[in-house]
Amino acid sequence: MADLIAYGTYVPRHRLERSSIGTALGSPAGKGRRAVAGYDEDATSMAVEAGRDALRAVGIDWALTRLLYATASPPYLDKTNANVVHAALRLDPSALAVDMMGSVRSGVGALLLAAETPGPTLAVLSDIRTGLPGSADEREGGDAAAAFVFATEGEPIARVIAQASSTDEFLDRWRLPGAPASRVWEERFGEHIYLPLADAAFADALKRAGVTPADVDVLVAAGTHGRAVKAFSAGSGVARVADDLGATVGNAGTAQPGLLLANVLDQAGPGQTIAVVVLADGATAVLLRVTEAITGYRRAKTVAAQVDSANPSLRYADFLSWRGFLTKEPPRRPDPVGPAAPPSHRSSHYKYGFVAHRCEECGTVHLPAVRICVQCKATDRMVEVPMADQLGTVATFAIDHLAYSPSPPVIAAVVDFDGGGRFSCQLTDADPAQVAIGDRVEMTFRRIITASGVHNYFWKARPVAKPSATAKEA
Amino acid sequence: MASRGIRDRVAIVGMGCTNFGEHWDRGVDDMLIESTQAAMASAGVSRDDIDAYWLGTAGSGTSGLTLSKVLRLEDKPVTRIENMCATGSEALRNACYAVASGAIDMAMAVGVEKLKDSGFSGLVGTVLPNDGTIPETTAPARFSLLAPAYAKKYGVDETELRDVLTRIAWKNHYNGARNTRAQFRKEVSKETIAKAAPIAGMLGVFDCSGVSDGSAAAIVVRAEDAPRYTDHPIYVKGLSFVSGPARGNIDSSYDFTTFPEVVSAARDAYAQAGVEDPRAEIAMAEVHDCFTPTELVLMEDLGFAERGFGWKEVLAGTFDLDGELPVNPDGGLKAFGHPIGASGLRMMFECWLQLRREAPEERRISSLERGRKLALTHNLGGQPGECVSFVSVVGIEPST
Repeated sequence: MADLIAYGTYVPRHRLERSSIGTALGSPAGKGRRAVAGYDEDATSMAVEAGRDALRAVGIDWALTRLLYATASPPYLDKTNANVVHAALRLDPSALAVDMMGSVRSGVGALLLAAETPGPTLAVLSDIRTGLPGSADEREGGDAAAAFVFATEGEPIARVIAQASSTDEFLDRWRLPGAPASRVWEERFGEHIYLPLADAAFADALKRAGVTPADVDVLVAAGTHGRAVKAFSAGSGVARVADDLGATVGNAGTAQPGLLLANVLDQAGPGQTIAVVVLADGATAVLLRVTEAITGYRRAKTVAAQVDSANPSLRYADFLSWRGFLTKEPPRRPDPVGPAAPPSHRSSHYKYGFVAHRCEECGTVHLPAVRICVQCKATDRMVEVPMADQLGTVATFAIDHLAYSPSPPVIAAVVDFDGGGRFSCQLTDADPAQVAIGDRVEMTFRRIITASGVHNYFWKARPVAKPSATAKEA
Repeated sequence: MASRGIRDRVAIVGMGCTNFGEHWDRGVDDMLIESTQAAMASAGVSRDDIDAYWLGTAGSGTSGLTLSKVLRLEDKPVTRIENMCATGSEALRNACYAVASGAIDMAMAVGVEKLKDSGFSGLVGTVLPNDGTIPETTAPARFSLLAPAYAKKYGVDETELRDVLTRIAWKNHYNGARNTRAQFRKEVSKETIAKAAPIAGMLGVFDCSGVSDGSAAAIVVRAEDAPRYTDHPIYVKGLSFVSGPARGNIDSSYDFTTFPEVVSAARDAYAQAGVEDPRAEIAMAEVHDCFTPTELVLMEDLGFAERGFGWKEVLAGTFDLDGELPVNPDGGLKAFGHPIGASGLRMMFECWLQLRREAPEERRISSLERGRKLALTHNLGGQPGECVSFVSVVGIEPST
């Protein structure tokens, strides 16, 4: 078994208050809020953000040999979605990148396979969850991503001490390809099947590790069958069950076990034993023991911090529109055109990796990467400089009411990076009324648009996170 | 190496210009026939006299066939030219050089654009296959960046700046109201302009030029031949064109308060024409007022106002029809409309009318009576930080 070396998470900024669903549809929709991926995000763009977070936390360039990307909401079929993550994280071409997709279970599967791979491996779990308007899936789902690096070398922050699974074929939750929402069988049937499966997997794992439920410090219980998860947790014999983030994020499906585990790790102490039990078409239990190194591994952007830096002002109508359940009148403009394959491939270091060119003669940083320096005119004297983690400042901007966007208006900004480099781009996750010259921004990987049947991935800038007003009050 | 120019070596001896506007009932061919035949009639020449044609159109046709097929030209070269919003001026520049070279005796430059057949709002450009990394923004958004940058640099508060932009739009609508060929022929109150629905940044709909159809044409001959065709030829004093390195979107020192390409094109054109003090010597200017802040910045870039004082000159009425240096007396892109390929030649058409004292009385400039003899046209295409720019200087008499 390899050990856990690093982890990262991504929770999108937008939150939908469940009460706003209730108000719109005239029926109670519960309390709390759910995380919502922006109109320009999908499972892959969020996977990139979580992956960046994990690699940033580890502090060094891991020569990753494998990338496993799990999601139940893959933006592409046939084509490997993981390659976008691979390109955006600037992984070595020799690394294998594969998708594990379609089902919620692939999330914990990717985690386990990463832990069992000898070479350094990144597992990224990402999901966008919704359902038909008014459904439980719509209000209880949440969008998020989590990433984990496992390796046999380096300083582990947690070791996998045992794992066990149970598998059974039954119909609890399913979705036909292309269907807008999942379907579920009668809830009590699922609970009936799930409970013994979960108990068996958990018991097996405990036995293999030679521990009892009382030795487990925290239980992370995940799964889309809320009732079964709750019942298993209650009967597990573990005193402390981790927060399921249902009130603040919602159930992130494939990514849920990763997000909940990361939240526990953010607060874990050395020597703690964590059990992760995932109820998804069977059950999988993973026991981890936290090492001393956890004390030196403290992230600035913890799950709690990401939960806090929320924008709760999302309107339900926009949520519906972003997820394709409400079609709005488009502007009287030509349909956008998708990116072409050859130019996208030629510029992949820039388009996906956000790598600029710096002139070795005069130091001028060029975005996009070009061959002749705009200042000193030297030809082919450029070196690549990664810009994705550079912060910048808004030099000037304009609110563009005419430009096409799935969520107008577009905020067009000119960003000057710390350390040099200017970049014209869109600002996202920003309130048009609040943008000001001098605002600090960070780069974020987005699905700019889908046109001509092609997803166009590229980078935007967004305001550096500030804790939300409600978080400040608390 | 030097830009020597062709001062007074060629002259414009005939011009034609269609009405600009929404020509639902007329196509590219109709507009080309009207503008070219009007130009020929004004010079008293026929198609057989013209040796070569330069056709400027940004997107209303490809190749010389767009013109030769319509006019049924036999055995004549037609060069189709595209250089963004400076397309019409670029057609004229190339026609002038061909005549100056001695290769031909008479050339026609014609510009045309049919924008209103697309059914879309605003301009629609052609998109080449690309990598999808070019940000989706529109021309008004890109040009709107000039306004806050200018206000910040020169300490103009937002309300004052709004007044300045409003004054520019108001002036150009005032002038357009006195022009039978203009797209918009009504004066617009300052209140209406200031309160218009936002398009981008602080720009409202009245800060944007008109999307329209139109065509204009000019006939160019060697200066010594000009008196054969007219008693009042317009002599070409300087022609300059700069296609920039697109530094502004890379270089953090670019502050969006100037078009360096315009500054250098103007410097070159003035040198060719022997203009030392444009503010004192130019009788009128037709400038590329695609958006109101563009005209403001151009007043400084073209040397009509000191840096940081253009806004005060605008408010003082310096560039009004009866001002010291009338700018866009025909209504400009704002009120005359902006059929891309035709605009540069439309600007020259106003110079042609004003310098020959053929403009209708209600919009006649007074600066000619004060002894000024030069007119200027200016185009730019692209956006702040990344553009092409054209400047010409023409006059009513050859230098002595």
